[in-house]
Amino acid sequence: MSAVDELFVRTRDENRAALVGYLPAGFPTKAQSIAGIEAMVDGGVDLVEVGLPYSDPVMDGPVIQAAAEQALAAGFRVSDVFDVVAASAATGAPTVIMTYWNPVERYGVERFAADLAAAGGSGLITPDLTPDEAGPWIDASEKYGLDRTFLVAPSSTDERLAMTAEASSGFIYATAVMGVTGAREQTSSLAPELVSRLRQVTDKPVGVGLGVSNGAQAREVAEFADAVIVGSALVRCLLDAPDESAGLDAIRTLARDLRAGVERK
Amino acid sequence: MTYAQPDATGHFGRFGGRFMPEALVAPLDELAAAWTEAKADPAFSAELDRMLREYANIPSPLYEAHRFSKIAGARILLKREDLNHTGAHKIRNVIGQALLAKRIGKPRAIAETGAGQHGVAAATACAYLDLECTVYMGEVDTQRQALNVARMKMLGAEVISVTSGSRTLKDAINEALRDWVASVDTTSYLFGTAAGPHPFPSMVRDLTRGIGDEARAQCLELTGALPDAAVACVGGGSNAIGLFTAFIDDADVKLLGVEAGGDGVETGRHAATITGGEVGVLHGARSFLLQDEDGQTIESHSISAGLDYPGVGPEHSYLADIGRASYVPATDAAAMSAFDLLCKSEGIIPAIESAHALAGALELAKELGPDSTILVNLSGRGDKDVHTAAEYFGLLDGPVVLDEGVEE
Repeated sequence: MSAVDELFVRTRDENRAALVGYLPAGFPTKAQSIAGIEAMVDGGVDLVEVGLPYSDPVMDGPVIQAAAEQALAAGFRVSDVFDVVAASAATGAPTVIMTYWNPVERYGVERFAADLAAAGGSGLITPDLTPDEAGPWIDASEKYGLDRTFLVAPSSTDERLAMTAEASSGFIYATAVMGVTGAREQTSSLAPELVSRLRQVTDKPVGVGLGVSNGAQAREVAEFADAVIVGSALVRCLLDAPDESAGLDAIRTLARDLRAGVERK
Repeated sequence: MTYAQPDATGHFGRFGGRFMPEALVAPLDELAAAWTEAKADPAFSAELDRMLREYANIPSPLYEAHRFSKIAGARILLKREDLNHTGAHKIRNVIGQALLAKRIGKPRAIAETGAGQHGVAAATACAYLDLECTVYMGEVDTQRQALNVARMKMLGAEVISVTSGSRTLKDAINEALRDWVASVDTTSYLFGTAAGPHPFPSMVRDLTRGIGDEARAQCLELTGALPDAAVACVGGGSNAIGLFTAFIDDADVKLLGVEAGGDGVETGRHAATITGGEVGVLHGARSFLLQDEDGQTIESHSISAGLDYPGVGPEHSYLADIGRASYVPATDAAAMSAFDLLCKSEGIIPAIESAHALAGALELAKELGPDSTILVNLSGRGDKDVHTAAEYFGLLDGPVVLDEGVEE
C-alpha cells in the first residue's frame, strides 16, 4: 500500500476529505518553495503536489503561469525538483509531482521515476498525459512503486472515465470545471455530477481540483470528494506577499482555513 | 507499398499522437469523427470545392519561371499559392475547418497566429461563413505586424494580445488552448498548421493536399512527366505537407523541406526544428522541437515570422525519420537573396517563408543539374513582408507608412 493509499484510508476513517496543496518547485527560489511547502503542511495540508515549472503550461491560469515563469527565470532546473520532493516528503506528507509530460520524457521516463522514488516521492499527476499515451510511464511507475494520477473532466465520456480510473492509482484527479487552474468565486456545479459518474466505475479515491480557494468552498467540495485540491490560491499567497515571512504566514493561515473545510466541521 | 499514415490514433510511426488535457480528448475525438464523416460526404466536398473555386481562386496556376530557371540552372515550376485569396495557401485549410465548424454547429471560432497570416485567413473565413472569431497573437507579434492586426479587426475578428511566456506564436497557441478547454462546447479551434494533437495534423494535411494534387496534374500536363523534386518551406509544415502528399508514393520524386536557418543552425538562433532540434512533446504531439536539456521549449529565430516556431508537424518528423523527405535549413541571408532574385527576375514578390523554398531550390538545382525539373511551392505572396524586406535591403530612408489598399 502506497503512502497515498494509507492517507486515504486514514481520512476515510476520520470521516473527512484529504487536503491536497500545490506549490511549484523553485518558486520564488528552491529554498523558499521548500519553506512554503513546510508552511502548508504545518497548516494542515495532507498531501503535497510539487509543481514542475514548464515553459508551456497549457492547463494553467495566470497565477501558476506567473510562478512558473519566475522559477524558470531564476534558474530552476528539473533536477532541483527532487530536492524539493525530498524536503516535502520529510515533513511526513505524501508528496507527488505535478508535471507536464515533455520534461519527464526529456529527463528519461525511467530515470525520472527512479529519482522520484529515491527522493521519497509517491507519484506523478500528469495534466497533459492521458493513459492513451502513458505506456512508458505506466511501466516505470510499476517498477518503482509510484502512483499514477490521471485527470478526468466533465467532458470525459463514461468509457474514458472507466479507462482512466482503471489506469490510475493513489487517487484520480477530477477537474471541477472545463477550464484551466485558478481561483473561482463559485464552486462548480459540474463537479458533483462528474464525481458521481466516476463512483459508478471505481472505488478509488477522487480528488477535486480547479477553482477552490477558501475553507467554505473546500467544505462544499468535501461533501462529495475524497480530496480537495488547492493550487492557485496557495501560490497567490507567495506571489502577493510583501516579504517571505508574510507569504509563509498567509499560506499557513489559508491551509488552516482549508483544513477546517475538509474536516466538514 | 502505398503510404498510409497516420494510424487510427493519430500516430505517424513514433510521432504525433495526442498529449492533451483530458478535458479536450473527447472533443478531439468528436472532431476526428466529424472530419471523417465530412470527408466522406460528397455534399461537403462539393461545397468546399465550390467555395475554394469561387471565393479563394483555387486551383492556383502552375507557372514556369523561365528567367529564374535560367539563373538557377534547372527548370523551375512555381505553384502559385500566392495568388489565392488572402495571399497564401492557408485559406485552403481555414475554409475547410470553418466549413466543418458550421457543419457541427459551433458558432464561435478561435485561432492562433504568428505573423498574422493564419489569423487573417481565419478572420476572412469567419466573415465569409458567419462565425464569431477570436484570434490569439503574441504581444511581440502584434507590435511587429500591426497591419495584420488591423486587417483582422476590419474583418470583424477580436484580436487578443498574449502577454504570457515569450509573447510569440507558441504562447498564442497556449492561450488559444486555454480558451478552448473552457469553451469547447460552442467553439471550434481553427488550427493554423499541420501540427498539434490528432486529428489536426492529418486534417490540415487533407485540407492542404490540393496543392500537390493540382501541381502533380499540372506538371504532367505541362512537361509530360513528374518533377524530379518538390520543394517547400517548413515552419509548422502545412504548405509542405500539402505539396508532398501527392508525391509520397512517387519514389523518384525527391521531397525537400526547407527550414528556417535564421542566423545559421550552428549559432543556435534558428527555427530549423528537424535539422537542429530533438524529439519531444509540444502542443499535443510528439515531434522534433527546439528544447533545452530540461525539455523547456527554446525560442526560435527567423526573419520569416511564419516559420518562426520551435515545433514542426509530426508527419514531417516521420517523413524525415523514414528518409522519404529530406529537410535542410536556409539562412535568413540565403532566403533574402532568393527573395531578391525572384523579385528581379520574375516580377513576383514572394513571402519570405516561400523565399526559403526558393533558396532550397537554388541549392538543389546545383545538385540535380540543368535537365532537372524542380517544383517549388510559392506558398504566399510578399506584400506583408514589404516592410521587413525593405529594412533588410536598406531601401527605407525614413519611416514608411503603408496605405491601406497597397497590400491587396
